[in-house]
Amino acid sequence: MKKELILSTSPFLHDSATTPWIMFQVIYALIPIIAAAAYFFGMSALLLIAVTVLACLVTERIFTAAKQEEPSSLKDGSAVLTGILLALTLPPGFPLWMAFLGGLAAIGMGKMIWGGLGQNIFNPALLGRAFLQSSFPTAITTWSVPDGQFFSFRGTNLALPFFQGESLDSATSATPLALMKFQQEGTEWFKLLMGNTSGSLGETSAALLLLVGVYLGMRRVFDWRIPVSIILTVTVLSSIFYVINAERFPSPDFMLLSGGLLLGAIFMATDPVTSPYTPKGVWYFGFGIGFLVVLIRLFGGLPEGVMYAVLLMNSVTPLLNKLTRKRVYGHLKNG
Amino acid sequence: MTALAGIATAGLFMGGLGFSLAALLAYANRKLYVEEDPRIDAVEEMLPHSNCGACGEPGCRSFAEVLVNKEAEPGKCTVNTVEMTQSVADYLGVDVGDHDKQVARLACAGGSHVAYFRAKYEGLKSCRAAAVAGGGKGCTWGCLGLADCETSCDFDAIQMNKFGLPVVNENLCVACSDCVDSCPKDLFSLQPVSHQLWVACKSLGFGDEVEADCEVVCTACERCAVDAPEGLIKIRNNLAIIDYEKNELASKVAIERCPTGAIVWLKKGGDSIIKGTGAKKVIRMEPLPRVA
Amino acid sequence: MLLTFTNGVHPQEFKSWTNNSPVERLPFFADYVIPLSQHIGAPSKSLVRKGQYVARGEKIAEPGAYVSVAYHSPVDGVVSAVELAEHPGGKMVPSIKIKADPFSSQRLEKKPIDWKSLTKKEFADHLQNSGMVGLGGAAFPSHVKFAVPDDKKCDYLIINGCECEPFLTADHRVMAEYPLEVMRGIEMLQYFLTPKKTFIGIEANKKDAINILQLEANKHPELAVEIVSLEVKYPQGAEKMLISAILTNEVPSGTIPLDGGYLVSNVGTVAAIAEYFDSGKPLIERVVTVSGSNIKRPANLLVPIGTSMQELLNACGGFKSSDFGDSARILLGGPMMGMAQKSLDVPVVKGTSGVLALGVLEVPGRNTFQCIRCGRCLEACPMFLNPSTLGLLAKKGLYEEMLEENLMDCMECASCSYVCPSGIPLVQSFRVAKAVNRERKVA
Repeated sequence: MKKELILSTSPFLHDSATTPWIMFQVIYALIPIIAAAAYFFGMSALLLIAVTVLACLVTERIFTAAKQEEPSSLKDGSAVLTGILLALTLPPGFPLWMAFLGGLAAIGMGKMIWGGLGQNIFNPALLGRAFLQSSFPTAITTWSVPDGQFFSFRGTNLALPFFQGESLDSATSATPLALMKFQQEGTEWFKLLMGNTSGSLGETSAALLLLVGVYLGMRRVFDWRIPVSIILTVTVLSSIFYVINAERFPSPDFMLLSGGLLLGAIFMATDPVTSPYTPKGVWYFGFGIGFLVVLIRLFGGLPEGVMYAVLLMNSVTPLLNKLTRKRVYGHLKNG
Repeated sequence: MTALAGIATAGLFMGGLGFSLAALLAYANRKLYVEEDPRIDAVEEMLPHSNCGACGEPGCRSFAEVLVNKEAEPGKCTVNTVEMTQSVADYLGVDVGDHDKQVARLACAGGSHVAYFRAKYEGLKSCRAAAVAGGGKGCTWGCLGLADCETSCDFDAIQMNKFGLPVVNENLCVACSDCVDSCPKDLFSLQPVSHQLWVACKSLGFGDEVEADCEVVCTACERCAVDAPEGLIKIRNNLAIIDYEKNELASKVAIERCPTGAIVWLKKGGDSIIKGTGAKKVIRMEPLPRVA
Repeated sequence: MLLTFTNGVHPQEFKSWTNNSPVERLPFFADYVIPLSQHIGAPSKSLVRKGQYVARGEKIAEPGAYVSVAYHSPVDGVVSAVELAEHPGGKMVPSIKIKADPFSSQRLEKKPIDWKSLTKKEFADHLQNSGMVGLGGAAFPSHVKFAVPDDKKCDYLIINGCECEPFLTADHRVMAEYPLEVMRGIEMLQYFLTPKKTFIGIEANKKDAINILQLEANKHPELAVEIVSLEVKYPQGAEKMLISAILTNEVPSGTIPLDGGYLVSNVGTVAAIAEYFDSGKPLIERVVTVSGSNIKRPANLLVPIGTSMQELLNACGGFKSSDFGDSARILLGGPMMGMAQKSLDVPVVKGTSGVLALGVLEVPGRNTFQCIRCGRCLEACPMFLNPSTLGLLAKKGLYEEMLEENLMDCMECASCSYVCPSGIPLVQSFRVAKAVNRERKVA
């Protein structure tokens, strides 16, 4: 027996990249980063990631249920991705209950109240992190040393909800950026490259981040122009400052390899939802982030500025889209 | 002492500011006042406030203006109740005008229990979009059943039945013509309720060939045209067309021998449809199998 | 460095199934259906009655208006009906149905036309009476296209051999097998249009066609035809994209290419024109590619216009599986701009460049997600539109606002829908928007 024909409109062919494919490619690309985090920070890292991912999924489910939608937005992978990315920006010794709150804020405030996937202005993971930064400024700036011991908890991981908790390990240390900012003390670039420094889960190993970034760019999962323009801008600007006063300002290689710059440039700034979609706008977006990072790091009160740089540029994304609209074929002027 | 003085200064300043701005506003209100016929407000109050546009005006207020200027008759508003329309007419001292209630009627009876779908449509769930792809229904003219009309109706007068056909609730329908505009197949039209003889088909096909696609199609057999009083029904392009100019001649005679039941007699109130005795009985109450 | 336009997409080509199969002539079948509006423009008027005997190539319908063409019988046979019949576009249109004469030899006598003695006007009349339309798919009447008004001038004649749609190889085979006809056609068009320069644009995936045509062009140095190989990219064969690729000029919005001095014609049309003037054969058959993963024997066929799809598919061995499956579609035209069919009873028409039976291989199931503003559609749109914004407006039903986003510049090439990772039916919603706007303008 013949089945009936199917009627639909052209095109009948589609590119193989789908939204879940993009999300899961990024998630797969994050696996080596997660592995590195586990290597440096052991159980703490894995627990933090698990908690934030759980928080994100729960929040997404609650909101989709409230909207009486099918829970299909759980399957597209975006909530899992947000959860992992949020965890990667946290210090290893961060209390788990706070991380859970961060996940709630990331999906709830960062995504769902805007209308769900594709509607938000700010990067959900970074918004969650900003929420934590302003709520728990102490906990989020307490950095454990990467000791490589797997079965031990760090910092205040196990603190009870609404308590700061007592630090489990005595060894905390400042991040390379904080050392630079407050003690004018540099860190060896090789150490930065390997990631054997203190910092948040995902920002320690520059080499891994670069490798993964190249992979994602080559597979056209994200727009390669964003990380390239950020890195370019930071290199150029910091070189200029370094040449002007090598005593006061850090060298460009330090600027590039330390802190969350690579994590931010490769995983945060490239979020398609919150970055511009015009080819020109993408470049301006990257330049803007690079400029703000250098500005905040060298002249601001905080040692690290990637999060605020990305969030600030997120806010001008609609404007960039509008200003960099391409002239339509056959029209003389823009618009 | 200084604290009191500060409070006093603030209070005086804010009070003065408020007062002077109020004075300015009062002056502007006088100066810039637009003389308007007070009757417009009164008439608008009596209109239904639905801003549906059925009268041809953008909204009820502009219709009120038109009424006050005596450029239209109150009966043109199809949404209002008869009593309210009468009171508008009394207030303005004009005739009610034509207030023959109109309703939207669908010129298709091909639900999924009698009309075949030859292919499965996939894509945007709207009739408009399906029409772009061809629709999938065997009959090219028939209702696609994706409820664009139901969505467009602001008065909840259209409900899709289980066979995927829109059913108009004549009591709720205000003849705003939104469904007429929304249908990509142009199946809806506004008809006075007095038009009881109705051809529920738009197929221009002929004979058995179209009957293979839909069991209630007009096959252009001409029996209705022959039976009806002279000139009431004509067959044009393989479709029976009723000349409603001669509506008073219409009777159930025309429908009796219709083999498919494409021409029907609608009972007043719109609650039931009468088919001729010659029409084949449709007893199937479930959708047709979807395999060709 | 191959020439090309900005943006566009690279769909998988699927051309290897048929690009080396020579054109085969399809045998004659019993029934033919000739819809009278296969072209763009007014429907034609039938000249025949039921029961009338018609000869192959005999005129059976005359143009209904200026923008309309004649139709000819594809076979010796008897008119069985003149009535409504299904057109591949999905509508029922008046058609002439012909039963082929089983005892006829179906031979067509050669009657060359002395085209050099014709005036421009007579040349156009001949084209109209030969039923000539653009064979690339749009089926725009050729006599209108090649009638250059006095205030305009055709400076550049561009012959379009891109065939950028996946699967289709009809034009490819025409170029490879009928190079002489292509050159003859160019000679005729040059005679009447007197362009300064003539190009043939061919995508680089048709190396053999490029070589064969180059050899043929070398034999006719007086025509000074330049063969341009172009990057393999969709929609390279769109008129505006081809002009941009070869001459790096844009066609201003709201104008036709001829306003800028360009005339683009499909290569198959050019060959058909040459065939008409050299042998007197009107447009009664064309090359059609039958392909797709669900076809037993993909082929390029010379098909009489009016042949039913069912017969055509049978001639290619039919379907691989009788069960169409969940993704099976039968298309007329290419997979990017063609139309899915609801039945196999429709005839091959003048604009049919391919018949495709697709299966799960080409059309896997696809879910729709929310737009993630990735911007892939912006970098695919050859018209530099913003399909993302247009799509959001369409979703809200703001069709008039879409006009301000230059909806009318969209040529529905479907590149945006092709790349959209969220599977949003962008082009379909644009078509809806255009239809609604058209209706509102009328109302």
